[in-house]
Amino acid sequence: MLFLKLLFRNTFRHRLRTGLTILGIAIAILAFGMLRTMIGAWYAGVEASSAGRLVTRNAISLIFPLPLNYKDKIRQVSGVSIVSYGNWFGGIYIDEKNFFANFAIEPKSYLELYPEFMLSRAEADAFLRDRKGFIAGRKLVEKYGWKIGTTVTLKGTIYPGNWDFVLRGIYRGKDKTTDETQFMFHWDYLNETVKKTVPRRADQVGFYVIGVTHPDLASEVAISIDRLFKNSLAETLTETEKAFVLTFIAMTEAILTVIQAVSLFVIFIILAVVANTMVMTTRERIGEYAVLKTLGFGGWHLAAIIFGESMVITMIGCILGIALTFPAAKIFSESLSTYFPIFYVEPNTLLLDLTAATAVGLIAAIIPTHRAVMIRIADGLRRLV
Amino acid sequence: MAIPFSYSIRNLRTRRLTTVLTSGGMALVVFVFAAILMLAEGLQKTLVETGSYDNVVVIRKGSSAEVQSGVEREKASIVETAPEIAIDADGQKLVAKELVVLISLPKRENSNPSNVVMRGIGPHSLALRPQVKLIEGRLPRLGSLEIIVGKSIHKGFKSTGVNETICCGLRDWRVVGIFDAGATGFSSEIWGDADQLMQAFRRPVYSSVIFKLRNSQEFDTVRARIESDPRLSLEARRETKYYRDQSEMMAKFLRIFGWSLTIIFSLGAMIGAMITMYAAVATRTVEIGTLRALGFRRTSILTAFLMESLFLGFTGGCAGLFFAAFMQFITISTMNFQTFSELAFTFTLTFDIIYKAMLFSLIMGFIGGVLPALRASRMHIVDALRTV
Repeated sequence: MLFLKLLFRNTFRHRLRTGLTILGIAIAILAFGMLRTMIGAWYAGVEASSAGRLVTRNAISLIFPLPLNYKDKIRQVSGVSIVSYGNWFGGIYIDEKNFFANFAIEPKSYLELYPEFMLSRAEADAFLRDRKGFIAGRKLVEKYGWKIGTTVTLKGTIYPGNWDFVLRGIYRGKDKTTDETQFMFHWDYLNETVKKTVPRRADQVGFYVIGVTHPDLASEVAISIDRLFKNSLAETLTETEKAFVLTFIAMTEAILTVIQAVSLFVIFIILAVVANTMVMTTRERIGEYAVLKTLGFGGWHLAAIIFGESMVITMIGCILGIALTFPAAKIFSESLSTYFPIFYVEPNTLLLDLTAATAVGLIAAIIPTHRAVMIRIADGLRRLV
Repeated sequence: MAIPFSYSIRNLRTRRLTTVLTSGGMALVVFVFAAILMLAEGLQKTLVETGSYDNVVVIRKGSSAEVQSGVEREKASIVETAPEIAIDADGQKLVAKELVVLISLPKRENSNPSNVVMRGIGPHSLALRPQVKLIEGRLPRLGSLEIIVGKSIHKGFKSTGVNETICCGLRDWRVVGIFDAGATGFSSEIWGDADQLMQAFRRPVYSSVIFKLRNSQEFDTVRARIESDPRLSLEARRETKYYRDQSEMMAKFLRIFGWSLTIIFSLGAMIGAMITMYAAVATRTVEIGTLRALGFRRTSILTAFLMESLFLGFTGGCAGLFFAAFMQFITISTMNFQTFSELAFTFTLTFDIIYKAMLFSLIMGFIGGVLPALRASRMHIVDALRTV
């Protein structure tokens, strides 16, 4: 008990210095937590993907379409329960800055395949009935202030022209990992228009999404689908939704590595700050340590005092930093939803915060402790501040 | 003035560990700051240098990249007739009708597939891009299934050496040469014959028409004509602008990322400097009193401590930049969000970044030192001398 009291008394002997150090740690932990959350946001799509869904696309690359008549052939493969399809539309809303994902999809089967897009019965029906209708995620609708019935115009980049859509439903995500910033409309609307304007591009599907009867069958079904279209004009590549999303992440791997490296840097920066504080503190107290040694306290006692003080400082800073992470993440996710549709602090991040803070607290105390323990009593008593 | 100055420097030397830790923290901040700006700079430089100012890219109206665009053969022929197009020594028009597709290829290091630009070229494509130089093998024969690959593609992707084949579109494309286009986007492309590519990928339309202006000033005329022609619905951009637009989103992302990180990180480093300087002032109270008693003015004391702090920032900045400079040897290859294809670029250090980083480190030193220095300069001589 006395020991703890000594620790806290020591810690707050230099209020300004300790306060500044704690503030520094809090900022660093905040930055570290945000960076980790950002990496998590990068992987958000992986967590949202289901093991029971397969994605089939053209084997050459995503920009090449597949013929619409593959739909029936895929449906005949054993193990397939439902087939839906769609195209990446790539439309721009007013300005390129307002980026959000927009797809043309076959509405009925798609909604069945994605139960995590929760839509009321009435809204779903209204959407299915109106070929020019679209549904959008809650966050997207809130961002642009659309209402049910609002007409939204997208400028096509892949499909030229201005396209009008009417908002028929607002979906909510079933859990936190569901992307609530997507925009989906009838594939038929796209196809019928394309038939009139660019007939050669009609009846072409960007991707098929396939539901399998049992997740264990997924790889088997994927192989048989690809075998079916081997050596045809449009060979397919079928993989689980998870693998599909992971290929996207792998493409931006380098950026991810940079973020990961940077999140380590902030730990080193704060390590330098805390170590500095501890070095200064112990330098000023060398005389006291000499007195303690004279009284018979051993090296272990001194070590405990210094390590304890270092830990008290880092832990207070860490808790403060964690507390700040939540409001910061909220602000961040609202202002940067274009880049990161899903942004929330995972429990794992907090664990990493704590680990990092502990490591900093311990490493920072090593050199000061070494100095304090090694100094000879006479030298310590003689030494002036 | 000389004494407070040397006094500052010698103080830093005496308390070596503290000095190293404080400026080490600042060095890390400067390093991160410089490295991320270098990355954004490298990306932008690569894409800006890809284009030539006198070249014009014509793509379908509304599409933001060649990959999304489609230019029918008739339309391409209409564009070809523009009188503003330059003519080469053989009397041929310097114009190329090109096709751009993305193919996914496995990377060398981990077999992960990534999207690569495959460009179908015409007879004049090479003349339009003087920066493209063959470094191995030979040029492909037009009308054959031969391709040449960019240096970065050869380095990063499997089976892209000379005489190896890559397979897509039910064809085997034989690599007959490797080209180097310097630090431009072309180094991350594969080139083959446009007509063969159109056949293989069943794309009956070109992606873009590229031509060289006979007179640089005529861009506005030719652009106005192409864009107002009701038969075309195409748009024309200078090649430099076209590529700069493609780097915008990612460069902006990197810049915002870099600045916000640096601001947060620098708070940590400034706090570090402040702690150091407060301690420096506290432990040297008697010395300050002595200096004052000797006749040094308050401003001299203020300058001395500010100098000390600025010097901390300066060493930190130098060290950070020193290590950041080594990053120039690293090439990063990643997907550009906007074109959806692989692009290799290097960290690029410019004077602008050096200047910003140094200014930044000095600002950190200044902010960290100004309050402690003020405290030092405000001390009363008698009080300061009395504290032992």
